[in-house]
Amino acid sequence: MEHKNSTLNRLYYWLIIAFFYAPIIYVVIFSFNSSKSLTNFSGFSLRWYQKMFADRTIMESIWYTVACAVIATAVSTVIGTITAIGLSKSRRIIKEAVTQVNNLPMLNPDIVTAIGFMLFFTSLRIQTGFTTMVLAHIAFCIPYVMLSITPKLRTLDPNIAEAALDLGCTPLQALWKVIIPQIKEGIFSGALVAFSMSFDDFVISLFTTGPGINNISIYVYANVKRINPTINALSSIIVFVITAVLIIINVVPMIRERRKGKENEKNLKGALD
Amino acid sequence: MKSFSKMVTPYLVWMTVMIVVPMLMIVLYAFTVQGNSVLTFQFTLNNFARFFSDTVFPSVLWRSLKMAFITTVICILLGYPAGYVIARSAPNRQSVMILMITLPTWINMLVRTYAWKGILDASVFSAEFKVYVGMVYNFLPFMILQIYTALSKIDPALITAAHDLGADNRQTFLRVTLPLSVSGIVSGITLVFLPAVSSFFIPKLLGGGRFVLIGNLIEDYFISTGDWNFGSAISLIMAVIILISMYITRRLDKQTGEEEGD
Repeated sequence: MEHKNSTLNRLYYWLIIAFFYAPIIYVVIFSFNSSKSLTNFSGFSLRWYQKMFADRTIMESIWYTVACAVIATAVSTVIGTITAIGLSKSRRIIKEAVTQVNNLPMLNPDIVTAIGFMLFFTSLRIQTGFTTMVLAHIAFCIPYVMLSITPKLRTLDPNIAEAALDLGCTPLQALWKVIIPQIKEGIFSGALVAFSMSFDDFVISLFTTGPGINNISIYVYANVKRINPTINALSSIIVFVITAVLIIINVVPMIRERRKGKENEKNLKGALD
Repeated sequence: MKSFSKMVTPYLVWMTVMIVVPMLMIVLYAFTVQGNSVLTFQFTLNNFARFFSDTVFPSVLWRSLKMAFITTVICILLGYPAGYVIARSAPNRQSVMILMITLPTWINMLVRTYAWKGILDASVFSAEFKVYVGMVYNFLPFMILQIYTALSKIDPALITAAHDLGADNRQTFLRVTLPLSVSGIVSGITLVFLPAVSSFFIPKLLGGGRFVLIGNLIEDYFISTGDWNFGSAISLIMAVIILISMYITRRLDKQTGEEEGD
């Protein structure tokens, strides 16, 4: 690729960006509207934010979303890591079987996975609710965690773990002190994917939750039929939080790298002097 | 080393119970009569006969496939130039440009779809058009990302070589760049077509409930009507059609790949 763009090219990129951001900015602006209208901005006010924080159902839905995402991330990361490591030392047939089964929830549409869970829980006469929702989230997150760890494991030198065992490590020590530190980036990105999948999930939660237990997505789905600026306030808060988190995650390493680059330059110059 | 392979055992149990059994239950429900207990199954093909002999259901299925197909085509047409522009930008700016594209996708899909509701409800567009806007808006970032990834992997030396051998810009693009980025388009298709076929909240939120797709049918039969057997049959039909279309797409990718090799 040549690294040149005409003005037209650059304009096109910014048009696409405008398409992506316009509705989000629109929602944020109208969350500060003093009237109920979503088309006429009549003045600045925080009334929809006040209304949102006073609404118990919304606050509960935020709580359920976060609690479910935290539990699902923790459990699926632990199980996913253990299984991925075990799988890298397993026979080929087991590897194949697990990969194929893991593909089912990843390749099927969400709604198919979701009704599978629903049929399963109700046939066992398990009352659906928070627990069933968390179980379903754990189940669909594990394949994604394994997917981000497995490539890291493939690049590992198997002799290193072997050496640790020869040098007197117990298998548990070899795991904890030798293997896990080498794949920790994969574990971290797997956990991140699991958290965002669980936090954003709508379809699977809708079919596996029980009466009175809503996450943010289900709340939005159930309440958008009428004009409801409280949802604008809720959406805006999600936008603020996620933007802040993403900027921190992405920009901090960039700055750090730049600093490192500068330091390297300095060191290099020092060495040359 | 042997002891490590034992760590898989708990997951083998878990995935059988939580993934394999639920999937088998969909198949079981699709092929049985409503109201049977776990011990006495009554097998039937009526659920499928009911679907295909009806006048409404096949047309809903056709509409969902058509909408998903058109959405995918629009995403390729809009996404390719975007991925191309990013891949041609200065290397140190590319990660920020990609971050700008992916940032909105981290915001909950329902919230992003809701964001369009205020704008579109005030407009005079048809329900169909609004649903298209919602679908393209939600799925376009995935397409751009895949195409960009494929384009950025192309060795710049190949482009230079094409130019040196006398190809003009158009020829270079059509005969070098485009064929080398087909794999990106194919993975983009998978990421757009699949969720578009089964989407049910985009038509419901933006189409105002009058616009029914196959996902809405499944939701209705499970949550409102409570006819799980028929609902399972619909999902099975959808899953099979998706599998077939994915298979065809992958075959096409392989074929173009082999032609390049010749």
